[in-house]
Amino acid sequence: MAASETILSVKDLRVRFRTLDGAVEAVKGINIHVKSGETVAVVGESGSGKSQTMMAAMSLLASNGEATGSVDYRGRNLLTLSKSELNKVRGRKISMIFQEPMTSLDPLYSIGNQLIEPIRRHRGLNVAEAREEALKLLRLVHIPDPERRMKSYPHEMSGGQRQRVMIAMALANDPDILIADEPTTALDVTIQAQILMLLAELQRKLGMAIVFITHDLGIVRRFADRVYVMRQGEVVEEGEAEAIFVNPQHAYTKMLLAAEPTGSKAPPPANAPVLLEGRNVEVTFRIGGGFLAGEPLMLRAVDHISIRLQRNQTIGIVGESGSGKSTLGRALLRLLPSDGLIRFGDRDISQADRQAMRPLRRQMQLVFQDPFGSLSPRMTVGQVITEGLLVHEPDLSGKQRDQRAVEALREVGLDPNARNRYPHEFSGGQRQRIAIARAMILKPRLVVLDEPTSALDRSVQKQIVELLRKLQADHELSYLFISHDLSVVRAMADYIIVMKQGKIVEEGPTEAIFSNPQHAYTQTLMAAAIDVTRFRLSA
Amino acid sequence: MTDIAATVAPTVIGRSLWGDAWARLKANRAAMFSLYYLALIGVVSVFGPWFVPHQYTTIYADYVRMPPSLSAYPKADMIETALTEAIKRMRVDIKEWRQEGNQVFVTVKSTRPIDDRNIRYLDRSDAFDDTKIESKSPDGLEVTMSASIKQQYFLFGTDNTGRDLLSRTLMAGRISLAIGLLAGVVAVVIGVVYGAAAGFAGGKVDEVMMRIVDVLYSLPFIFFVIMLVVFFGRNFVLMFLAVGAVLWLDMARIVRGQALSIRRQEYVQAAEAMGVGQRGILLRHVIPNLLGPVVIYMTLLVPQVIILESFLSFLGLGVQEPMTSWGVLISVGAKNIGTANWLLLFPAFFLVSTLFALNFVGDGLRDALDPRDR
Repeated sequence: MAASETILSVKDLRVRFRTLDGAVEAVKGINIHVKSGETVAVVGESGSGKSQTMMAAMSLLASNGEATGSVDYRGRNLLTLSKSELNKVRGRKISMIFQEPMTSLDPLYSIGNQLIEPIRRHRGLNVAEAREEALKLLRLVHIPDPERRMKSYPHEMSGGQRQRVMIAMALANDPDILIADEPTTALDVTIQAQILMLLAELQRKLGMAIVFITHDLGIVRRFADRVYVMRQGEVVEEGEAEAIFVNPQHAYTKMLLAAEPTGSKAPPPANAPVLLEGRNVEVTFRIGGGFLAGEPLMLRAVDHISIRLQRNQTIGIVGESGSGKSTLGRALLRLLPSDGLIRFGDRDISQADRQAMRPLRRQMQLVFQDPFGSLSPRMTVGQVITEGLLVHEPDLSGKQRDQRAVEALREVGLDPNARNRYPHEFSGGQRQRIAIARAMILKPRLVVLDEPTSALDRSVQKQIVELLRKLQADHELSYLFISHDLSVVRAMADYIIVMKQGKIVEEGPTEAIFSNPQHAYTQTLMAAAIDVTRFRLSA
Repeated sequence: MTDIAATVAPTVIGRSLWGDAWARLKANRAAMFSLYYLALIGVVSVFGPWFVPHQYTTIYADYVRMPPSLSAYPKADMIETALTEAIKRMRVDIKEWRQEGNQVFVTVKSTRPIDDRNIRYLDRSDAFDDTKIESKSPDGLEVTMSASIKQQYFLFGTDNTGRDLLSRTLMAGRISLAIGLLAGVVAVVIGVVYGAAAGFAGGKVDEVMMRIVDVLYSLPFIFFVIMLVVFFGRNFVLMFLAVGAVLWLDMARIVRGQALSIRRQEYVQAAEAMGVGQRGILLRHVIPNLLGPVVIYMTLLVPQVIILESFLSFLGLGVQEPMTSWGVLISVGAKNIGTANWLLLFPAFFLVSTLFALNFVGDGLRDALDPRDR
C-alpha cells in the first residue's frame, strides 16, 4: 500500500466512565495512528476498550464518559472541536459502520431515501443526481438489482445486505477513514467472508483508510496491514499484521492466536444405547392469515428430520440463522409442539403433555446462547442454580440445596461464594458457567446446547468447550450441540448434521464432513469459515 | 477479559438489582430531595393537625378572611373594634377603655343595673379571654371589667367563614394523600393481578381480557363517577375505592405488556425447560421482574389520583364540607383570588409541590430501576 501520510493519530487517549462505584478507566492512555489508505485492525476481547477508543475519537461516548488526550485528524484535535465543526469531519471524512445493521438503519424509510437524503444534504445535489449517486453506491457494494432495492425497507433485506447498505451509506461522502466496529460479528459465516472481501475490494478501489475493530484476531490476518492488540484499556502489542501472526511477542496475543478450540471427540461405541430419537420431526408455525385474514400462512421450520442420539454422543447441528436448528432442539425437548415421533430412552414422548414431561425434565436440560438473558436478573446465582431442585427434589432442605449449589459451582469452575451474588455481577463467560451449573445440578442425561459459545470471546469459548467436554466425560452426557461456528462444532461433536431451511442437507461423522463435504451448501459453509479464519487470500 | 473463575473474597454478599437501584436513586439529588420532601409533607399532614392550636372546623367569626401573618391576632387596631362589638352585644355603653400589656380594662355604664353575667359576651369574642369584674359602682350602673387578649396565630390566614387555613390545609393534605394512596393501591392491585394474568395466560384469554379493558376505557370517566356517586352516595372512601377501580386500566395494560415480554425471556424458557410449573414461574420470575415498572407507575399514579380528586371536588362531586381536601381548598381559593389570594396560594403550593416531588421520585425510580447503560 502506498501509505505515507499519517491522517489520524490518537495520543495518550484515556477514557473514563463515572459510575456509582467510582470512576472506571476503560482506555488507559493509548497511542494509535492511521496512515492514509492503510487498514488498521484494533483487536481485543470484550471490555478491552477497543470500541470506546473509537467512540471517544468520534465523540460518541455515553453521557457519563469523558476522554482526555488527543485525537488528531489532519492536524485538528477532534476532542476539542465544537459540535458543528465536528460534524464536518464526522460522517464526511470519518464514517462508521456498526455491528448490528438492523438497528443502525431506520426501519420507517426505504433504503433509497436513507441513501439519497445525506447525499443531497452533504453535496448539494438535486434528487435525480443524488438518486444516480445512490444507485452507484449500491452497485459498488454489490447489492443485486439496485433499482428495485432502492424501494425496499430494511426489514425486507437480509443481514448481509443491510450491512452492505450501511457500508454504502458510510461511503456516500467519500470518507478518508472508515471505522468498522465489528461489522461482521452479527452475520453468518458465509456472509462474513463476503463482507470482508467487499471491504477489501472497496479499499483497493477507493483508497480510504479502514480502522477495523474486532474481537477475532483470526479474521484480520488477510485483511489488515497493521494490528493493535488491546487488553484492559491498553495496547499490549502492535505491529505489521504478518509479524504479529508469525511471531507474536506478548503472551496475550499468543493466547488469542491459540484461542481456537482444538481437539476432537471420539464417537461412542456403536452399541451405546440410544437416548433420544426423533423420526420425521416436523414443526410448523403460523406466520399470518387465519381468522378473517384468509388462508393461514404456514412456515415449516423443521421439515421431516430424523435424528438418533446415543449415550455419550455429541451431535453437532450446524446451519445459518433461520435454518431451524434451534427450533429442532426445542421440539426434541417437547418445548414446542411438533409432529412426528420422539423417543426419550425407551419412552415415546411425542404426545406427552406438560404434566407427563415434568419428571423427565430433569434428565434433559437446555443451555442458551445468551448468558445475559437466560439468568433471571432478580435472583441470586444460588437461587438460579437450585431452582430445578425445588421442582425435582422438593424434599431437600435449604441447607442441602445450598450444598448442591456449592458442588455444582465447583464443578463448573466457579468460586462457591458466587451463589450469594447476582448474575449481572459476572462476565459473559462466568454467566455461561452459571447456566451450565444450573443444568448440571439436576444430573441430566441429555443437554441441548443452543449456541452456548456464540456470545462469548474466543478465549472464553475455548474454556467453555473444555468445560463441556470434561462434564461429558465425567457424567456420560449426551449433547445436542447447536452452533453456526464450525470450529467449535468440530471440537465438540463426533457427528454433524448440516441444516438448511428446515431440512437436513448432509450428515455424517465430523471428520468425514470436514474432510470431504458432499453437499454444495456444506462446501460453501466450510469454505467461508476457512476463508475467514485461516488463509490470506491473494489480495 | 479472560474468564478466570470468580475469585471472590469469602462471604461476599452480592448487590441485588434493588440494591443497585437504591444506590442509583441515592445519587439522584432531585429524587432524594423529593423523597425527603414527601416524607415531610406526609408527617406534617398526618401529625400536624394535632399540633396546630386550631381545629379545622372551628369558626372564628371575628376573624373572617384574615390575611396570613406571623404575628398574633388580634392586631392592635382590631382590639377596639372587637371590644365595641362585644360591648354592643351587652347592650351597654363604653365609658372608657385602656390596654395594659396583654390586658384590657373597660368601664361600661348603663341606665339599668348591669348583670354580672354580661361578661360572657366578652369571653365569647374570639379576641378576649378570662374576663373578670374588677370593680362595680355601688348603684350597679357602672362596671369595670378586665379581660386578657387571646393571642391567636393564623400563619396561613383564615378562610371565608373564619377557619384557620393552616389546619385546613394540613387536614386537606391528609385526605388528599390518603385518597392518592388508597386509590393508587386499589388501582395497582387490580391492574397487576389482571394484567399479569392476561399477559401470563396469553393467547385467547389475553385477547378477551384486553378487549374488556378496551371497553371500559371507552366509558366517559365523568359519567362513570357521577354514576358511582349515585350508587355509593357521598361516602368518600367508597368513592375513591371506586376511582381506583377505574384507574387500573393503564396499569393492567402496562403490566400485561411487561408480562408478555418477560414470558418470552430466556430465563423463563430455561425455567420451563427445567419443568418449573406455572405457579413457580409466575412467583419467582414474572412478578419480581414486574415490580420495577409497577413501582414507577405507582408513583405516577398517585399524583394522577390526587389531581382527579381535586377535579371532582372542584366540581362538587368529591369531599364534602367541613371535611376538605387540597382540591376543595383550591376551588374555594380560586373564587376568592381577587380579594383573598392566600386562600389559593397555600393549598396550591402544597398540591403542586407534592405533585412535583412525586413526579421527581417517579422519574428517579425509573432511571434507577431501568438504566439503559446496563
